[in-house]
Formats: sequence, structure tokens, C-alpha cells
Amino acid sequence: MTAAPPLLEVRNLRVEFPSRRGTLVALHDVSFSIAPGEILGVVGESGAGKSMTGAAIIRLLEPPGRIAGGQILLEGRRIDNLSQDEMRRIRGRRIGAIFQDPLTTLNPLYTVGRQLTETMQTHLDLSGSEARARAIGWLEMVGIPAAAQRIDSYPHEFSGGMRQRVVIALALCAEPRLVVADEPTTALDVSIQAQVIALLKRLAREKNTSMMLVTHDMGVIAETADRVAVMYAGRVVEIGPVREVVKHPHHPYSIGLMNSIPPLDHRVERLAQIDGAMPRLNAVPPGCPYNPRCPKVFDRCIVERPDLLDAGSTRAACWLYDPAEPPHV
Amino acid sequence: MAAAAVSRFFDSDLWWSFSRSPVAVLSAAVALLCIGGALLAPWIAPQNPFDLATLNLSDAFKPPAWAEEGDTAFPLGSDDQGRDVLSAIMHGARVSLLVGVCAVLFSTLVGVSVGLTAGYLGGTADAVLMRIADIQLTFPSILVALLVDGVVRAALPRETHDQIALFVVIFAIGISNWPQFARTVRGSTLVERNKEYVLAARVIGLSQLRIMLTHVLPNVLGPVLVIATLNLGFAILAEATLSFLGVGVPPTQPSLGTLIRIGNDFLMSGEWWITIFPGVALVAMVLSVNLLGDWLRDALNPRLR
Amino acid sequence: MFAFVLSRLLQAVPVMLVVALISFAMFAYVGDPVSIMLGQDFTEAQRDALVRDLGLDQPFFVQFARFVGNAIQGEFGLSYRLSRPVAELIAERAPATLELASCAAAIALFVGVPMGVFTGLYRQSWLSRFFLTFSLIGVSLPTFLIGILLILIFSVWLGWLPSFGRGDTVQIGSWSTGFLTGSGLKALVLPAITLGLFQLTLIMRLVRAEMLEVLRTDYIKFARARGLADRSVNFGHALKNTLVPVITIAGLQFGSIIAFAIVTETVFQWPGMGLLFIQSVGAADIPVMAAYLLLIALVFVTINLVVDLLYYAVDPRLRADRGASARGT
Repeated sequence: MTAAPPLLEVRNLRVEFPSRRGTLVALHDVSFSIAPGEILGVVGESGAGKSMTGAAIIRLLEPPGRIAGGQILLEGRRIDNLSQDEMRRIRGRRIGAIFQDPLTTLNPLYTVGRQLTETMQTHLDLSGSEARARAIGWLEMVGIPAAAQRIDSYPHEFSGGMRQRVVIALALCAEPRLVVADEPTTALDVSIQAQVIALLKRLAREKNTSMMLVTHDMGVIAETADRVAVMYAGRVVEIGPVREVVKHPHHPYSIGLMNSIPPLDHRVERLAQIDGAMPRLNAVPPGCPYNPRCPKVFDRCIVERPDLLDAGSTRAACWLYDPAEPPHV
Repeated sequence: MAAAAVSRFFDSDLWWSFSRSPVAVLSAAVALLCIGGALLAPWIAPQNPFDLATLNLSDAFKPPAWAEEGDTAFPLGSDDQGRDVLSAIMHGARVSLLVGVCAVLFSTLVGVSVGLTAGYLGGTADAVLMRIADIQLTFPSILVALLVDGVVRAALPRETHDQIALFVVIFAIGISNWPQFARTVRGSTLVERNKEYVLAARVIGLSQLRIMLTHVLPNVLGPVLVIATLNLGFAILAEATLSFLGVGVPPTQPSLGTLIRIGNDFLMSGEWWITIFPGVALVAMVLSVNLLGDWLRDALNPRLR
Repeated sequence: MFAFVLSRLLQAVPVMLVVALISFAMFAYVGDPVSIMLGQDFTEAQRDALVRDLGLDQPFFVQFARFVGNAIQGEFGLSYRLSRPVAELIAERAPATLELASCAAAIALFVGVPMGVFTGLYRQSWLSRFFLTFSLIGVSLPTFLIGILLILIFSVWLGWLPSFGRGDTVQIGSWSTGFLTGSGLKALVLPAITLGLFQLTLIMRLVRAEMLEVLRTDYIKFARARGLADRSVNFGHALKNTLVPVITIAGLQFGSIIAFAIVTETVFQWPGMGLLFIQSVGAADIPVMAAYLLLIALVFVTINLVVDLLYYAVDPRLRADRGASARGT
């Protein structure tokens, strides 16, 4: 990547859930950055901590979850220690959010127009009529036909795909610099998914908005993201340019993940699968969390946890790439 | 069979969950105390409040034993006729409990029969019965009980009415509360009706009545038990309310509600114990039964927790 | 909208007819109205004349139709006990009950809803715990005991408030009100609290449960993610959604305020319809009971209608569904 100063920087983020049976560490030393206008894909199995990273950035972790360590910087300024009220001013205005299920994300009792104008008027100095005019503009921009008539409709009068377009408009209407999109297409019909992703990508490029795109769909990532972070058991295990991570993954988990995606250009007899399952939070093994399932596991992996190491075109949290290690087969 | 049932009970999850719930154990203890005191009243009460010979007007209006002018012979004080309040409460609780239990049994009988019939037969019978239940449910049950009591009172000559007043109250409270049972049983019956064992029984050629009683009924009794427990508290309160209003049990058989009503007349002159202690007894009984009912519902329906 | 109201009204008619039938059956067949009205000494001829006058020799349906016709005009005959027209008695007593019930309803609503919202929003605060414990007691205490306790504390021990009656009333046309005199207002305090307390605790618990449910939803999280002010999220988005189920149950519960007014009026010797009714039950005064029954049914049907209309006003989804089904049929 270029040396542009990052828009968002996450340093050694740690999220804990205190529980009756001890504290669960949900995110462990998560570090990454997003440059202005960049789209960072975040992939991993369910429970790997992708969505939680997004929730931690906008500080809407489900209680009792809390940020227990590390820093989050937006445009060079720490935001992880802001008061709730200061954070509220950042949400929507600086960092927008898109949730998974458009059927439940919109308040059923307010018209979409009202939800748009109240968001804009909270953050921007707009009169009622200006806000309404902009709201219509946004609905047009996200591809709602006859926006001027539909603005006074209630969410239930829209289809799922249309509702997600409204959600996108809501996330972008106060012109944030960054959007955290948490599985924005998972709940949609397959036929709609591509349209919504294309829309997101187009708007991000047009507005020069950065995006953190959380998904478990490698196809979506490959199509949309500039860089990608692979997460496993609350840790980033590999991060790098999307082309490299997809074509030449370095971490054994990423390799397994990519092999489990059916290629489009040729038939394979049987898709590879990774044996075993991701450990639960209260049963993460010492050393590298992937060690029980890793085909290339060796002694050091069982005792010592690797940080992200230079692995050529990407960075991977794997001892295979420690220059001090003798080459393993 | 009974012994087997008992041992099965102590092995069951129900017993386990009971012994682990402090609220349930405490409520059960209070409920047992109330019920025990009520049932054994003729033998353990300090005084027979109905035996006029033992009453002495010079004992009237004694405050509770711990007050300055209290008398240890009257632990909770005495009323205007020198009657021991504690003994009156124990005998009153007997009447309250009797009416409550009988009323619940009556609603259960009516409700389960209607629910089974409606659920099993379906069609018009179902529609008509459930519509009646709906209409009745629109009205607060205490109002229904009052009306039933009033109508019976009007229909019968005074002397006859006094003789059977207890049954009238039981009938009025029972009839005011059957729809709840009917609705629940109907719901469960609809589910059971289409299960294979019922179809099999039908194929064998068992009669409708027999299938309902021997196959469907036992399977819908769980929820009925829960509602019955929760309704016991309601029935006791309903009786107390009716008696407080002066239309419940006859004055010759005072219940807790009657005691509260009578005591209420002395409230303004400061003899609060005559009305407050029966009130406390009533609340203790109802609250413990209700908490037990809540616990039973949660224990039988782990999904609801 | 019109079709909706009309269909609701049509549903109410059979309910009213069933109640009228019960009412009429009581009127016609319970006890012996003729001998009660004639008193001790009468001749056979007088008796026959009265039977003809009352139309008791007519067929059942003719009698019933006449009963309904009279009822619609507010004509219920003479009270056995007081030998005065029932309509007059009820009209005389109605203001007392309506003023008491509306005050109780206002207390239940204006105290219960805020308490429910508070306990829902600040679950951990000690005040919430206090409210919840208090509500448990409120639910378990029978109305008449609450009244007795309040009398004991505020009338007997503290001597602050009167324990019975309405105080001085002012006659405005046919309406006698206690709202305009000091003693009338003072007399209202204890009965209104007694009657409202149970409903208050019920509404509080209901609002709290609904609030907790709504606060967990995605659209509330999304509203926060858009940076809306807490006030607008909690009291706008969340509360409005809470109201939908609260309206139904609260509405139905207000019907039971009328029923429990009987008890409260007895405790406080409040000269309202409830006291009239209970005295009539004691004296087997069937015409008053029949009229009261019909009146209560009317109140309930009206409340149900109002609840439906409120529902319709609050929830746009309902409007659409009704519209669609109305168009469908």
C-alpha cells in the first residue's frame, strides 16, 4: 500500500467479556489500518470476531463486552477513550454503519424519509426542507425508483433489497469518512446480493469513503475489497492485498479457506475442507490458536503465539515466516 | 400405583428444580403453614371463635400481645366481642381455602370438559364454545362472579340462599374463571388430536368419549395443573373480595374476607389489628400460592425461562 | 379507515346482543318482578293488569325486542329497592364513578409508563429495583386491602385525608363534580390511588418488559449507530414501538378499573355506580343489575373500539394489512 496516513488505525485491540466463569477474550491483539478511500475486507468463520471488531470500532459492543486494551485512531485521533456523547457525534457523522438484516434494521413505525432527515439533521445544519430534498436525493442515489413518492413510505412497504438500499442511504447520508458494513448482503436473495455490493462499491468510490466490509463470502471480498484481513479465533491471522491473499495465501488457515472455495474456471472432484472446528472462546489452545487443525504444525506453534510476520506479499501470523526458523516442509 | 408415582416424583426433574429454588421452597413453607393452620384450626386454635360461651365481652378490643395493654391469651389481639383474632383467622382461612379449592376444581371441571370437547370435535361446537369463552373473557371475572351471585340471590328465597350461600360463592367464582382452562386445554387438544396414537386409537374403533378421556386428557393435564395453581390464588382473592363486599360467604361462616370487612368498621377508632392481621394472613397465603404457581410454570416449561 | 371502523362496530353488535339477552333473561325470569312491584296486598285483577302493562304475556322475542328498544332509550324501569327509575339512579351516580375511574386511569398511565420506561432503561439502578419490588407487592395485594391500609395510614394515623365520601361537590348542569372544591379533591386522593395502584404496577411491568424487548432490536442499535441522541432513541424510537402492545393490554385493563371501582367505592363509601351495584346485588335489585351489566358491556365495547383505533393510528403495518385485506375482500 502507499504511504498515505491511515484514516482508521486499530492497534492491539482487545475485547473482553466478563462472565461468571471467568473473562472471555473475544478479540486478541487485533491490529490493522484502513487508508482513505480504501475498502478493507474482513473474512473468517462465524465467531472469529469479524463483526465484533466492527462493533468495537463504533463502540456498540453488546454488554458486558468491553474494550480492555489497545487503541482505535480515526484520522490520527484516539476515539476508543471518548465519552459516550462524544462518540455519539462520531457515529453516523464520521463512521457510518450498515447491519446485516435490512428487515429488522429499520424502525417499522417511522417513514424512511423521517429516518433519513432525522439522521441528517442530527449531524448537519440543515433546515427541514433542505433535509427532505437531500433525503430524496439519497434515495435516488441508492436506486429507489420514484424516490420523491416513496420517501413517505414505511419500511414494510419496501422489499428486502430495497430496504438494504435505504439502510445504505442512512449509513451514508451524513457523509461519513468510513463505513463499517457488517455482512451487508448475507440476508438478501442471491440475485440481489451482487446489485447491493455493486452499489456499495460505486458509492464508496464516488464519495471517496473508506469501508470495512465484514463478510464470510470470499467472492464478495474478491470483487470489492482492496485489501483483506483474515480472522481466526479473535485474531487477525493474515492481512494483505486482496489479489495476493486470494491467489497466494500464506497462513495455513487462509490456504485452507481459499481451497474450500469452488473455482470458477475448472472442475474439481472434491472441495478441500479444513478438519475440525474453530475453538470456542473459552477453549482457545495456548500458542497459535490454529495449531490443533494446522497441517503444518510444529513444536513452536504449541507453546508460542506468533504475531503478524512479513510473508512476502502479505503479512501472516505464522511461525513458518519467521526468518529465524529453519525452512519447514 | 400411588407409591410408584410418589417415588417417581422424588426422582423427577421437578423435585430437583424445586429443591434448588429458594423462592419455591420458602413459598411452599409459607403455604404449608397457612394450609396446616387452616386445616387443623379446630384442634390447635387457642379458642373456638364460634362457641359464644367462651367469649367474654370484657376481653373485647385487646391489642396484640406485644402492645402495652396486650394479653398473651390473645396473641394477635381480640375483636369487639372478645374473640381471639388468631383463632378467627385460622378458622377463617379454613373457609377461604375450602371455597378457593372447590372453586378451582369447579372451573377446572367445566373448563377441561369444554376445552376437550371444543378441541376434539372442532367445527361449529368449537366455534360456539370458544366464542362464549371470548365474550366472557372480555369482562373481569370478579364482575362475572358478582353478577352470578346477585342473580342466584334474586332467584332464591332468602332462607334457602343463606343455607347454600357457600355453594353459590363456589359456583360464582368457579364459573367466572373457566374460559382460561378451556382455552389452554383446547389448544393442547388440537395438538394431541392429530398425533398418531390418537389416530391409532380411532382406527381400533374406540369411542370418541373414551379416546378423549383415556388418551387425550392425560396429555393435557400438565398445563392444567399450572393454571389451577395460579388460579387458586385468584379464587381465594375473589372469595375475599366478594365476602368483603358482603355478598360472599354467610356471616355464620366468616372467611378472611368477612373478617376484614367486619374489622374495617373498627379501623377508624384505631383498632387496626382486627382487620390488618386477617389481611396479612390473606396476602401471605395468596402470595405463596402464586409464587409456587409461577415456579411450577417455569419448571414445567423450560422454554419460557 | 371508515371500513375499518364499520367492521369493528359490526363485530361489537353480537356481543352487545348476547349481553342484552342475559340482561333481559335476568330481568324477565329471575325472581318475580310482578309481586315485588305490587307489594303485599293486591287482587288477581291488579296482577293481570300489571302483567299486561309490563308486556309479560307477550311472546319471548317481542318482550326481548321491547327490552332492547327501551334499553337503547335508556329506559330500564324502576329499581325494586328504591322505587325510582333506574336510568335516573345511574345518571346520578355516574359522575362520581367516572371522575374516580379517570383519575385512577390517569395515575396508572402517567406514573406507570414513566416508571416502566425508567426501569427498562436503567435496569441496574437501585431505584429500578425498588420499583420492581414495589410492583410485586402491588400485584399481590387485593384492592380492598390497599384501601384499608391507606385509610389506616393517611386517615387514622396521620389524619391528613378523609376516609370516606366525596367531600363537597359542585353541580354543573346534571353533572356533580368533586374537582372544584378542596374537600372534593382531598376526598379523591385515597380512592384514586387505591383503584389505580394495581393497574399502575401492571402497566409498569408491561412497559418494562416491552422496553427491554425493543431495546434489544436491530433498529434501536442502528439508530444508535446513526449517532441519534439518546433522548430521541429512547423516548422516540424505543418508546413508540413499546406502545403498540402496551395500548392493547392497558386498554383492556382500563375496563377492569370500572369493575374494581365496585370494591374501591365500597371501601371508601364513594357514592358511585359501583356502590349502587353492590347494594343492588345485596338486595337482589334486578333492574339495576341488568342496566349496570349493559352499561359495563357498552363501556368495554367502546374501549375495545378505541384500542383498535389507537392501534391503527400507531402502527403503519396494521394500516397496510387492513387496507390490503379490505381490498382483497
